[in-house]
Amino acid sequence: MGSDGRTMPEPRACIAGIFEHPTRRADDKSLAQLHAEVAAGALRDAGLSHADVDGYFCAGDAPGLGPLSMVDYLGLRVRHVDTTDTGGSAYLVHVAHAAEAIAARKCNVALITLAGRPLAEGLGSGLGLRLDNMPDVPFEAPYGTAVLNLYAMVAARHMHEFGTTSEQLAWIKVAASHHAQHNPNAVLRKVLTVEEVLASPMVADPLRKHDCCVINDGGGALVVTRPEIARSLGRPVVSLRGTGTALKNQAGGRVDLTYSAGRFSGAAAFAEAGVTPADIRYASIYDSFTITVLVTLEDLGFCEKGRGGDFVADGNLIAGVGRLAFNTDGGGLCSNHPGNRGGMTKVIEAVRQLRGEAHPAVQVPDLHLALAHGTGGSLGTRHGSATLILERA
Amino acid sequence: MDQPRDITPPQTSPETAPYWEAAREGRLLVKRCDACGERHAYPRSLCPFCFSGRTAWEEASGRGTIYAFSIMRRAKIPYAVAYVTLEEGPTVISNIVGADFDALRIGQAVRLDFRAATDGQPIPMFTPDASGAEEER
Repeated sequence: MGSDGRTMPEPRACIAGIFEHPTRRADDKSLAQLHAEVAAGALRDAGLSHADVDGYFCAGDAPGLGPLSMVDYLGLRVRHVDTTDTGGSAYLVHVAHAAEAIAARKCNVALITLAGRPLAEGLGSGLGLRLDNMPDVPFEAPYGTAVLNLYAMVAARHMHEFGTTSEQLAWIKVAASHHAQHNPNAVLRKVLTVEEVLASPMVADPLRKHDCCVINDGGGALVVTRPEIARSLGRPVVSLRGTGTALKNQAGGRVDLTYSAGRFSGAAAFAEAGVTPADIRYASIYDSFTITVLVTLEDLGFCEKGRGGDFVADGNLIAGVGRLAFNTDGGGLCSNHPGNRGGMTKVIEAVRQLRGEAHPAVQVPDLHLALAHGTGGSLGTRHGSATLILERA
Repeated sequence: MDQPRDITPPQTSPETAPYWEAAREGRLLVKRCDACGERHAYPRSLCPFCFSGRTAWEEASGRGTIYAFSIMRRAKIPYAVAYVTLEEGPTVISNIVGADFDALRIGQAVRLDFRAATDGQPIPMFTPDASGAEEER
């Protein structure tokens, strides 16, 4: 039932399989191998086989031209492919597109993979974009723009317009660290205090080292299926209730850094699901930086625009403590941001929560609805947002 | 005060060559659409607002205000990246140079300045303008 008491229609698709690669440093594996390992893991989790896959989805992190090399390498026999790339949010877009393809009877079992090894390849941050022939880059690269200082400008403007403080941003990292202590695979497992976050070095004003996510190798995969297939697998059924995707950019020079495309993707997803932010007790929120979380929570409607600082303070995002448990795996801020693309793990932890398979210390009790949100590209220039609302049937 | 740093040269194209040629003459250009009258940045052949192809180059005053900025402290030579709102309307990415970074503020008035990229191409940038008009907010 929706929050207004309406009977919910049959969902278009379910997330039947999830897998997060345990590695955070993959010197001994190829990129294609990581994709294969996460694919095998998600199919094993779903109780499906390699031969069941008839749809394949990947983004720019996958080696080769679109899906061609990976479909060959993985030995898949598929009739539907999609290589939409919106950066780290691409995998949430893929879930939405997989549901559409399933509804249109283009496939029954969609496999989505992500992998990256920026540490092994010595790449640091960045999405590995080809920079030639881009219309915008010549007007940005000479100025030393980077993911870091572009997000920092979003934080600077938010502080200027709404009085948001570094202490409030620090609470987001603190909450993530409280969750990461229970995750043996997390890059950072130490519980942090606001004071410790504020004492970390300033890297791009007003963002400090602890305002940033981790950089690591790894990957993850999802299996999205037709509902009747999901129900036949004997696993908890997690269905897709609403999806929304949206883009935002510099708009020809009409720059407004105070909000994200999450304003539009969130509204679309909530409308389709027939629920509101008040119905959501667990949310996976893309957390490339603390400011990404704060702006997104406002744009999704968890609080008024400009009041995100108050919303995240005092442990309000800590499971078992606050109003909204977020990123209970430790998120990108503390656990895993594989290949500099954090959307995949957002979906995975939301599914774990709905199945009751999160760590007991952070599991939200009696959870039936969850939200997962991705922000890909740069909040400071061009980005793609995607919001999913998931339900435990 | 900022130190000289290696500035990546821009990849130019037939579409944007006049912009970079003007920069060599110490001028900043913006594109204005003759169909809808709107100015846009970065420059395109077709107006991003109405999609008319009747766009023309126009010289900007070089005056603006800082919309947002960040000091890249992590870099070997720290620098200030900023969004600057031009007097003509569009907000553009730039650097603030010739400035005490710790004294920069959002809303501060700035004026056009240039620094050369590693290939010698002058890049439009901005420097604090004590005589300029501040943004109110």
